[in-house]
Amino acid sequence: MMTSDATALQQLRRSLAIARKDIRIYYSKGPVVIFGLLFPVFLFLSFLIGRHLTVDFMMPGLLGMILFFTATAISPIVVPFETMGRTLERLMSCPVANGTIILGDILASFIFGLVISLVPIIITLALGAAISSPAILALTIILGAFCFASLGNLFSIPPTNLPATANMIASVVKFPLVFISGIFISLDELPSWGQAIAYISPLTYFTDIARHCIAGQGHIPVAIDLLALLAFTILFLTLDIRLHSRTMPRRI
Amino acid sequence: MPHVELNSNLAIEVNELTKRYGQTVAVDHISFAVKKGELFGFLGPNGAGKTTTIRMLTGVIGLDGGSASIQGYKAGSLKAKQVTGVLPEMANAYSDLSGWNNLMFTAELYGVPARKAREKGAELLQAVGLFPRKDDLVSAYSKGMKQRLILCMALISEPQVLFLDEPTSGLDVQSARLINDMLRSLNATGKTIFLTTHDMDEANQLCHRVAIINQGKIVAIDAPEKLRLTTSGMHPVEVSFSDPVSPGALAKLPGVNAVKTLGDKYRLHTAEPGELVAALVNYSRSAGLRIVSLNTLAPTLEDAFVALTEREMK
Repeated sequence: MMTSDATALQQLRRSLAIARKDIRIYYSKGPVVIFGLLFPVFLFLSFLIGRHLTVDFMMPGLLGMILFFTATAISPIVVPFETMGRTLERLMSCPVANGTIILGDILASFIFGLVISLVPIIITLALGAAISSPAILALTIILGAFCFASLGNLFSIPPTNLPATANMIASVVKFPLVFISGIFISLDELPSWGQAIAYISPLTYFTDIARHCIAGQGHIPVAIDLLALLAFTILFLTLDIRLHSRTMPRRI
Repeated sequence: MPHVELNSNLAIEVNELTKRYGQTVAVDHISFAVKKGELFGFLGPNGAGKTTTIRMLTGVIGLDGGSASIQGYKAGSLKAKQVTGVLPEMANAYSDLSGWNNLMFTAELYGVPARKAREKGAELLQAVGLFPRKDDLVSAYSKGMKQRLILCMALISEPQVLFLDEPTSGLDVQSARLINDMLRSLNATGKTIFLTTHDMDEANQLCHRVAIINQGKIVAIDAPEKLRLTTSGMHPVEVSFSDPVSPGALAKLPGVNAVKTLGDKYRLHTAEPGELVAALVNYSRSAGLRIVSLNTLAPTLEDAFVALTEREMK
């Protein structure tokens, strides 16, 4: 037990090293940061202009979109880039499990999402909106960032060495999810079939908790939202590790 | 091939190792063992199964049959990888990181303590002449510099076993010589080295033993010198005449097994070089030609390699 605990800790440290490497190579570039912020902001504004919505309604949606887009922006392309750049084989020959490599890539997206999410939080506070449950919102942002980063990593499972292919797969899934997650129209206003579709998106639960914490009301009880977000996170992480372990040797 | 017995003096043990890609058997039930401290060459033509074998031994791809162990640990396990350093074929360092950061990142993946990693990293980069360029991005390195850096990355954890897949392929003479000198000194300190190469001269000068693999099967394992001498019928005789002659006419001379044209020379292979020299003199007289040069050569490892791989193909 001691040995397996020590090995798990050792592998976690190596995941963190991989995350630091990813941040240095992929995330610390100006255009990535700017694009991660600007793209969701402009998409959001294009839907809001001309509609009379309150700050309390808008900001949870903006927070959800920014976190969702930033945490899933780079994670789909890291493994294809490693394949294309011929760095993956060296990485795989090091004493790291495939799961360690995948967790490292997810951690980098997670950290990037967390840092960028501070921007809409600051905007929310600057616009005079109050955060009624900061601890719950912080927990939700942490869980949401991890959940979305794990989802982003799923898009790179097909063993392609073309980052554009992984990005295309990601876009096909990400954009519909944004429209069905109660960001632009609250869940209360959706018909029952619309609500049923909304429940298959993890972003729905994140946005609902953010509305609880910022607007003071949501559609689903917070505990259910948190459990759903946790369940999605576990599902995505499990699929990431299992499916990447299968396809990773086929990239070489 | 006989099965290899478990032995604590062995660094690498391979039994009936097999890899298939669809209907193709890339590596076909190969068995061999490498002793601790040995410099072992793995030779073969393109597509013979060298890289597939090295990838299975380093845990990059799974195996479809047989077994392999490194220092007693199952090949591909974390423990086996921990005692192994790898320089894969066509591998790259991260071009957006500096040479130093690539090295320190690799050290972290092997769990080398930071202080020791810094000391060892500086020592290695000094040894390969990269220390003054350590903070430059790898994208600014030449191919030879990148290969030297990747060798340093393979050595940062002070591994007991080194796997090198064509380490000097396509390099300039200086970089190739530097890497080969480094391999000799590493081997002198007791490290086991498993090396794949196309370069027969390199294998001949570096390796204690070589295995020749062709079409996924091992066709010979021995010391380079022994392999060279056991190639009967492959003694080369090189001759050039005052005028060009038909290689077909030379092939008809008694005892000639093969003829190759090399510029203005002809290389003939025979089991009886003395008799062939006499036959060549008679041939030149009867054809009214003058012999410009005539040399009998010892068979090279390359001759042995060609003979063994061609024999298998037939």
